[in-house]
Amino acid sequence: MTKERSFSDKGRSRLVTAPYTVWMVIFVLVPIALVVYYALTDADGNFTTANIDSIFNYSGTFFISIELAVIATAICLVLAFPLAYSISRMKEHTQQFLIMLVMLPMWMNFLIRTYAWMTILEDNGLINTAIGKIVSLFGGEFEGFSMINTNGAIVLGMVYNFLPYMILPIYTVMTKIDKNMIEAAYDLGAGSFQVFRRVIIPQSIPGMISGVTMVFVPAVSTFVISKLLGGGKTFLIGDIIENYFLGNAGEVNYNVGASLSLVLMILILISMGIMNHFDKDAETGGGII
Amino acid sequence: MKKVISFFCLFLLIAACVSCSFSAFAADESINVYNWGEYIDQDVLDMFYDETGIKVNYTTYDSNETMYSKIVSGAASYDVVVPSDYMISKMAQEGLLAELDFNNIPNYKYIGDEYKGLEYDPDEKYSVSYTWGTVVIIYNTKFVDKEDVEDESVNLLWNEKYAGKILMFDNPRDAFGLALKKAGYSLNSLNENDWSEAQKLLKEQKPLVQAYVMDQIFDKMASEEAWIAPYYAGDAYTIQQDNPDISFYLPKEGSNFFTDAMCVLKSSQNKENAEKFINFMCRTDIALMNAEEIGYGTPQTEAYKLLDEEVSSNELLYPSTEKLRNQTEVFINLPSNISMLQSALWTSLKVDGEENSTLGYDIAFYSIIGILALILGVNIITKQHRKRLYRTRE
Amino acid sequence: MKTLSKIYNILIFIFMYAPIAVMIVFSFNGIKSRSTFSGFSLRWYEELFHDDLILNSLYLSLIIALLSAVIATLIGTLAAVGINSMRGVKKRAYLAVNNIPVTNPDIVTGISMMILFVFVLGIFNGMEMGFGTLLITHITFNIPYVVLNVLPKINGMDRNIYNAALDLGCPPVKAFMKVVVPEIMPGIITGFIMAFTLSLDDFVISYFNSGNSAQTLPVTIYSMTKKPYSPKINALSTLLFVSVLTLLVIVNMRNRRDAKKAKGGRKA
Repeated sequence: MTKERSFSDKGRSRLVTAPYTVWMVIFVLVPIALVVYYALTDADGNFTTANIDSIFNYSGTFFISIELAVIATAICLVLAFPLAYSISRMKEHTQQFLIMLVMLPMWMNFLIRTYAWMTILEDNGLINTAIGKIVSLFGGEFEGFSMINTNGAIVLGMVYNFLPYMILPIYTVMTKIDKNMIEAAYDLGAGSFQVFRRVIIPQSIPGMISGVTMVFVPAVSTFVISKLLGGGKTFLIGDIIENYFLGNAGEVNYNVGASLSLVLMILILISMGIMNHFDKDAETGGGII
Repeated sequence: MKKVISFFCLFLLIAACVSCSFSAFAADESINVYNWGEYIDQDVLDMFYDETGIKVNYTTYDSNETMYSKIVSGAASYDVVVPSDYMISKMAQEGLLAELDFNNIPNYKYIGDEYKGLEYDPDEKYSVSYTWGTVVIIYNTKFVDKEDVEDESVNLLWNEKYAGKILMFDNPRDAFGLALKKAGYSLNSLNENDWSEAQKLLKEQKPLVQAYVMDQIFDKMASEEAWIAPYYAGDAYTIQQDNPDISFYLPKEGSNFFTDAMCVLKSSQNKENAEKFINFMCRTDIALMNAEEIGYGTPQTEAYKLLDEEVSSNELLYPSTEKLRNQTEVFINLPSNISMLQSALWTSLKVDGEENSTLGYDIAFYSIIGILALILGVNIITKQHRKRLYRTRE
Repeated sequence: MKTLSKIYNILIFIFMYAPIAVMIVFSFNGIKSRSTFSGFSLRWYEELFHDDLILNSLYLSLIIALLSAVIATLIGTLAAVGINSMRGVKKRAYLAVNNIPVTNPDIVTGISMMILFVFVLGIFNGMEMGFGTLLITHITFNIPYVVLNVLPKINGMDRNIYNAALDLGCPPVKAFMKVVVPEIMPGIITGFIMAFTLSLDDFVISYFNSGNSAQTLPVTIYSMTKKPYSPKINALSTLLFVSVLTLLVIVNMRNRRDAKKAKGGRKA
């Protein structure tokens, strides 16, 4: 018997993938096609580019969504990197325990976590009450910060909710860095800063990239955080899409909603393309090191 | 192979369990009721189940528009809904409502005549009034100066002194209603310019607004998180029970008078049970329980008589007919061009004037983008440099 | 430097856990307030267990999570086997499609499926969104994660074992079950757990695809956040937190024990 048999010869492979193929075509590809269809037609089903044109009315919204998401992602990256690094250098037991602590909040629904912040940030919330009590102890009077219902609160909500998504991939990549490489670098005369810059950062770039996408995508498309922490004053893309599909503004319009979703999808594809560019650089760079 | 079979068996078992439990749900007779949030005494639902054996799946919405779009999308089937006046006429026109069989609703006789055959349902075909009320302006006497409320004007919502402590409706119809009244127009204006002018007022107000909310008003006002808010009179009364510093008035410029009525959807599969439910809600003891719980005006005449004197004589909860005639207006269903305009204006109100997108955010954003571009650029250049190096070495 | 990083770590963990701590403390509040604590009481827990809406949606969430995870694991594992044997463009195409639900924002996945359902339900009058549509959406976003978890395991396994089984006269299906499945079991289990938790946690996609009769727990929680505050929501989150914590601790302890055993075995 010279013919190679594997558990996946042609006929059978088609058979095994059949349910998957059918499912993905009906429930992934067809819906995407419908989004495109709705985006390019009017209410009567005639072809039109009016929906796409009308998106320019929302350029401000796109800008603010991207702006807030980018800021949140950057903060997440800055916060997560040192934490992931220091965890990755601890004893294995402690590592496991701390990573469990990082993951634990992820298992709670993000609505609950966001809701918790509402009570903390309100004008009469915990922070203001606490500060007010301390100030009054010293006989002063405290006006209170207004924190909730601002864009800052939205960014805070994004950072809080998505921080674990940044910590975990960076940590995973850092644990995989070969200790010998670090030692070799020291032996070759590199200082600790240089080791950090030349070995640890380049090696953890793949983790940072998956972290950035895992934070940026949900942040740019959220509609709940802006509603709960932004007081309905700042509309993000997600809010407008939700409005058009559920009719909170009085009219349901699948066509405009679909075209907004389409643009959002394309936007994310582009940003992931840029991110992947970094990834490739890192790969070649790593090869040279 | 054993494993496969056992796995398969497990799967079947789970499936069986699930279908069982769901058919158990279905075996009970049930109806789906879709009502406003905070709009019923929850005990009533249990009482209905105990008396009739019909289980009520009770879900809530916070605006007529949300309810409407959920129904038209065909996403869900409801039996009883409680739209407001203008929405009833819209839904009736579009053939969404079923004609009621009043033989199944004998308690309809308790509904006062002034709540029957109103504009939105002139032939008494589709609806049974549930509650009525007005939109009032609620304020906290501890924080709002007397002279600012003396004239009982809608302008209080635009008073810069209270910036950041004002709440506003998060639904276009009610929000525009207040702005239209402030500008001196009808709530149902057919003139597009009036609406643009109202939107301008809302834009002016936006920097003063703490948040656009609906039922969160209850907490925010009771806990003194916010000091001024427009809302429905019955709810204002409920808030007042929680916080005695709360007071409210009917704005002199005029306000909205609304009736919310129970209707059965045409698509309902349990019309008879739905009518049973409506009849139950009109029973005197039940109507009284609801009226006491939610504080809205009840159209049920017997229940009204049994109400606490303090409530039934409250000028704000049960205003005189004369006051209603002079100071309030009923929403009518807007023609589609105005309705589209309203929706567009509302969206642009929310989208535009991101007044709290301050310089700080922009600086942060552009510097992040700048750093990204820098890294990318440096990477590309060094890569090419390296390539050249290699090439020369070769 | 060391103390500095320690302080930093502690600060980050405080940031991550402060809101949760606040939630838990206020779930025992004797009064209905979000900022003042007065007296210890369990009344919100009691009310929680009398709230049919919450209990039903919790029940529904668990069922949907379990069913969708099981079905997605079945379809996904088989698909991973098939995809692994593909080559070239076809494989890349499959992987690209597989990545769509993973990379797409939830809201886009949610509304695209909503459009499909509204479209189809419009044709078949009298059907409605509910259990069926929820299950379908959850299976759809679960399948790719199962594939992504199983694929590397299949790729990494030694084909010769399977061929040896065949050579020894084992029928292909049996050989697959006896040889391949145990090899890739860790991937399947991780895929299953991931699918289960993703499904349990999903809000956005369910929000657009649930009807009136079927609301998952997150959708119910969302509707609670729009209503006047009730500490019931705190009680609910506390219970969820405690159950997740116990689960994680148990898993962690078992892992540790297994690791110790493995170490001991090697030493012996």
